[in-house]
Amino acid sequence: MALLITTAIMLFLLAPLVAIVPISLTPFEYLSLPDDELSLRHYRTLVEDPAWGASILLSLRVALVSSILATVFATTFGLGVWYLQPRLGGLLVGFVLLPMVVPPVVSAVTLYFLTTWISRVFEPLGYDTWFGVVLCHVVMVTPFAVVIILVALSQFDRRIEMAARGLGASLVQRTVSIVLPNIRFGIASAAFLSFVLSWEEIAVTLFVTSVDAITLPRRVWMGLRDNVDPAVAAISVVLTAITVIVILVRMIVANARAKRVAEEALGQP
Amino acid sequence: MIWTRRGVGYLALIAPLPVFLALAYGVPFFGVAGWSLTLPEPGLSNYERVFTDPIVLGVLLRTLRICAVVTIVTTAAAYALAYIWVQGSPRQRIFVEFCILVPFWISTLTRAFGWLVLLYNRGLVNTWLQDLGVTTEPLTLVRNEFGVIVGMTHFLIPFAVFPIASAMRHLDERVLLASRGLGAGRLRTFWSVFLPMTMPGILGAALIVFVFSLGFFITPAILGGGRSVMAAEFVYVQLFQTANWGLAAAISVVMVAIVAVLVTLLFRLTRVEKLMG
Repeated sequence: MALLITTAIMLFLLAPLVAIVPISLTPFEYLSLPDDELSLRHYRTLVEDPAWGASILLSLRVALVSSILATVFATTFGLGVWYLQPRLGGLLVGFVLLPMVVPPVVSAVTLYFLTTWISRVFEPLGYDTWFGVVLCHVVMVTPFAVVIILVALSQFDRRIEMAARGLGASLVQRTVSIVLPNIRFGIASAAFLSFVLSWEEIAVTLFVTSVDAITLPRRVWMGLRDNVDPAVAAISVVLTAITVIVILVRMIVANARAKRVAEEALGQP
Repeated sequence: MIWTRRGVGYLALIAPLPVFLALAYGVPFFGVAGWSLTLPEPGLSNYERVFTDPIVLGVLLRTLRICAVVTIVTTAAAYALAYIWVQGSPRQRIFVEFCILVPFWISTLTRAFGWLVLLYNRGLVNTWLQDLGVTTEPLTLVRNEFGVIVGMTHFLIPFAVFPIASAMRHLDERVLLASRGLGAGRLRTFWSVFLPMTMPGILGAALIVFVFSLGFFITPAILGGGRSVMAAEFVYVQLFQTANWGLAAAISVVMVAIVAVLVTLLFRLTRVEKLMG
């Protein structure tokens, strides 16, 4: 019984992702199911229309810069909290996690205020510029990176760092050669998550861009709002396929590693 | 320690992010709060409108109603999924994990679009229903509240699964054995032992879902089709179409207040660290 319900829920979760595939192959210019023939014309649009290419490049650049900045911010902050363990540390962590908890639309209005204010001082860095988008994305994705870094640090044995300190290593030496190497997987996950979140960010981006800085999600949004453009289906299929492949590879790798660890554990006397 | 010469290094680590967020997020938020009190004219007129204007009240009530329905449906579905994810056979676990992770990593837009494709008048669901002779006229499944609820539930299920699964994993299996040993059947054990003991996970998940859904923008905007406007889309319209910045700002402040109350509740009910695990 439970299994039956769960299967239904699983179908519910996957159905809309599968449903896009036939739509993307329609030979018509509007949202429709293909009749007799299948066509790749909407995939060709993605390659041939320079607007899609420009949006993809912009999104890649924004996501890359945002991810680097968010990871640096999150790592330094996490290290600071971990070293100092300040009495008000909980409050400080709560403060930097705010953008994750506040409703996205409120963050969007707030960042709209920020970017339009910057525009009044110096236009090339404010509203509807790639830098403005990066600024807003860093605000939105850094809290997620902070959570990952703090979890990684909480799993690292503090005594190792204390030993280094006792042996006279400076803060820089301890950080660079002891702590950072030990949390490198955490840092990599934080960077990866920040990249993905920035790459697909849309709620805030809608509020802080208009005609110049059109990221990929913003272009998809534009294709969805008025007359639905089947090119949106094509790009969605491409992105979904990439996601599915990455997840499958990760699951297979994780399974293989778990199996190996189990075998090694059994092999030991 | 912070103020000694050696403390400068630590300060350089801990300070940049809070300072950055205070400047790029904290200060502008107070600017928005300022808008709510000064635009179009100084005073509390915007807040008065939020609580008396039937249009604004209608939007807020619809938002709360949709959020409540979504929260109940999502939490129930997530509980069933989490149960199989934690208690199922290895093969079942892999399937469930795949079905949770794939939607989780795919963007809001793609998922809302998928539902649009399934549910619109000439979409797959209506085509099948008519081919099978179940209905003659296409059903209106999208660009109304039904579509919004379906899309939001789909978006939020993964977020609800994680805290529930975490609560189930931390459950001491021996209490279940004890229950069975004392003569309770499977169903009795589930209702009297398993369900009550995982209640903190359920409450945590429900609150997360409710808080998330309050500020939802993309999914309702696409699947509501401008008809079932929720609070977030209403703010967007006030800001960019009717240029009513003061009202948009006032609604934002009210939403933050609602979320603050809910998050305080969340902290009271469960320890947040448990939800992260």
